[in-house]
Amino acid sequence: MAETLFDRIWNEHVVADLKDGFALLHVDRHLMHDGGGQNLLMLRKRGYQVRNPELTFATADHTISTTPGRADTNANGVRCLNDLRAETKDRNIRLFDIGDPGQGIVHVIGPEQGLSLPGALIVCGDSHTCTHGAMGALAFGIGATECLHVAATQTLVQRRPKTMRVNFAGIAPQGITAKDMILHVIGQLGTAGGSGYAVEYAGAAIRALEIEGRLTLCNLSIELGAKIGMIAPDDKTYAYLHGRPLAPKGALWDQALAYWRTLPTDAEAVFDREITLDVSAIAPQITWGTSPEHVIGIDERIPDPAGVADASRRRAMQAALAYMDLRAGEPIKGTKIDWVFIGSCTNSRLSDLRAAAGVVRGHKVAAHVHAWVVPGSETVKREAEAEGLDRIFLDAGFEWRDPGCSMCLAANGETVPRGQRSVSTSNRNFVGRQGPGARTHLASPAMAAAAALAGSIADVRQPGAK
Amino acid sequence: MEKFTRLCAIAVPPWRENVDTDALVRVERLFGAVPRNELGPYCFESWRYLPDRSENPDFILNQPPYREAQILLAGANFGCGSSREGAVWALAGQGIRCVIAPSFGDIFRNNCFQNGLLPVEMDFARIEAIARQVEADPAANRITVDLTQNAVIAPDGSRTAFRIPELRREALLEGLDEIELTLKREAQIAAFQARDAVRRPWIYQQ
Repeated sequence: MAETLFDRIWNEHVVADLKDGFALLHVDRHLMHDGGGQNLLMLRKRGYQVRNPELTFATADHTISTTPGRADTNANGVRCLNDLRAETKDRNIRLFDIGDPGQGIVHVIGPEQGLSLPGALIVCGDSHTCTHGAMGALAFGIGATECLHVAATQTLVQRRPKTMRVNFAGIAPQGITAKDMILHVIGQLGTAGGSGYAVEYAGAAIRALEIEGRLTLCNLSIELGAKIGMIAPDDKTYAYLHGRPLAPKGALWDQALAYWRTLPTDAEAVFDREITLDVSAIAPQITWGTSPEHVIGIDERIPDPAGVADASRRRAMQAALAYMDLRAGEPIKGTKIDWVFIGSCTNSRLSDLRAAAGVVRGHKVAAHVHAWVVPGSETVKREAEAEGLDRIFLDAGFEWRDPGCSMCLAANGETVPRGQRSVSTSNRNFVGRQGPGARTHLASPAMAAAAALAGSIADVRQPGAK
Repeated sequence: MEKFTRLCAIAVPPWRENVDTDALVRVERLFGAVPRNELGPYCFESWRYLPDRSENPDFILNQPPYREAQILLAGANFGCGSSREGAVWALAGQGIRCVIAPSFGDIFRNNCFQNGLLPVEMDFARIEAIARQVEADPAANRITVDLTQNAVIAPDGSRTAFRIPELRREALLEGLDEIELTLKREAQIAAFQARDAVRRPWIYQQ
């Protein structure tokens, strides 16, 4: 019978059928961030062992300082890191610690280290685990209690989601990134559009994306409401993985590769829902409100809630405009900003930094703007420095920081001050996400860079934008 | 896990859709900064307090009858966003045992089931109709959520059936612990891994 990529991986991982659509699934990779220490302490309290420490990997990203040298690490971050160090050591779990080439944002280092493999089932106590689906893996975020379940049993109870395919028709115009493509999808389908589904992204525009762009695209699946987003593996995937530190080697590589080639969705496979979106005419995207679905093209005007029939939606839009201090009907372009954040599991990889540096090179950050670049991993940082990207950012007036999640969610105390406006390459523009009272506009790295130079929301396609 | 069988309680009318888990609890209260059973005062923190930390009188959960609510009526996509289980712990700390919404964030829904909090899916038109009855006299017009009958009973006595997977229902009714149940399947897990290590050895050997 014809199967989808999702069906194949799900079926391969069923340890027990629990009826009613539920299954006990085997977990191939349990990734931990610095909340993992808490979970392992809880596991200890409940008297459980870690069943398969060799399938468990940890790093620190959420609460650690990203100040160069990490001099001012907050007290809670220090405690989390110490707990993680002690617990992973005691449990024999590999930790990519501060300063190691493998340290970084967990969703950056998984693919980078060759941990995230096609056909693998990957979980982590973080909703952006959907990122790893770009490698052709079945990957999703789970809660703390589910993390305990995985640690204790190397399995997880899940209900089989429905399947949806999002087909990208057309080829995105020059300068349109994976971030713009997925923000456009979220704007069209809404933040609940993928709720209850495992989403596969397909089409020529997806094949045209390099792996890092695919990671960005799958990363925002959860902002579409889908906790699973995936892309069929292809030669780009295999070329990306070959030679990565923890990818299979030698005969194992050949065996794995033969298996991976059997994974992509059959031509006759049927999805529960199928959507086609044309990306050949989209503009760079930017959010105006407090949900990722509050997104428009850079050349559009801020929408008017008055025209929205649904009362619940209208209220949400009105509240968003009030929080963001924006007026319906005004152009978004030219809105004055205070902060720029280039980083996060969405957009902190080498190609993201190159794209931003390409815009910044030879220019200066507007005098009133605080601009940060936070590389996604120690490896990204070193590679970027090797090609001089750090100098381009520093010369322009950006801060060049140490790897971590930083200002995406402000768990480490790195916040945008109350009432200030930021253009951020991260994934969520929720109320208070970047700090209490902070106002966030999501965009691509190139758009964020253009905003930093202009001191206001700008169209990266227009040379005058700088 | 705390059992859930039948609850008759004050309910809060919905105020917006897409209530995200960052709104349910702010990240700086997590990562052990506040013990999980003390998160109640931080539930909806960004809306609940003014910048000077005083209570925002306009926020519905600060208003007298609703302070004691145990049921939330909500808009679509409740609990979207982050996987933080602290969102459920904060709701539970606030006294909420049941959320009734047209749809939920997928990870949030799973987290509810791990903590004895019942997520009920219901058509929004019906939720609004129930909310209007509640608003007429919030303290008196209570809602009953009966998991033994899979039904919500509105203040006027009208019943709305809801669907919930049997596996989740049984766990809530009995207060079952999923980890304990799975540990009984150790032989099955070991057998799976033995088979799988032959088929996909690269997963097990790095």
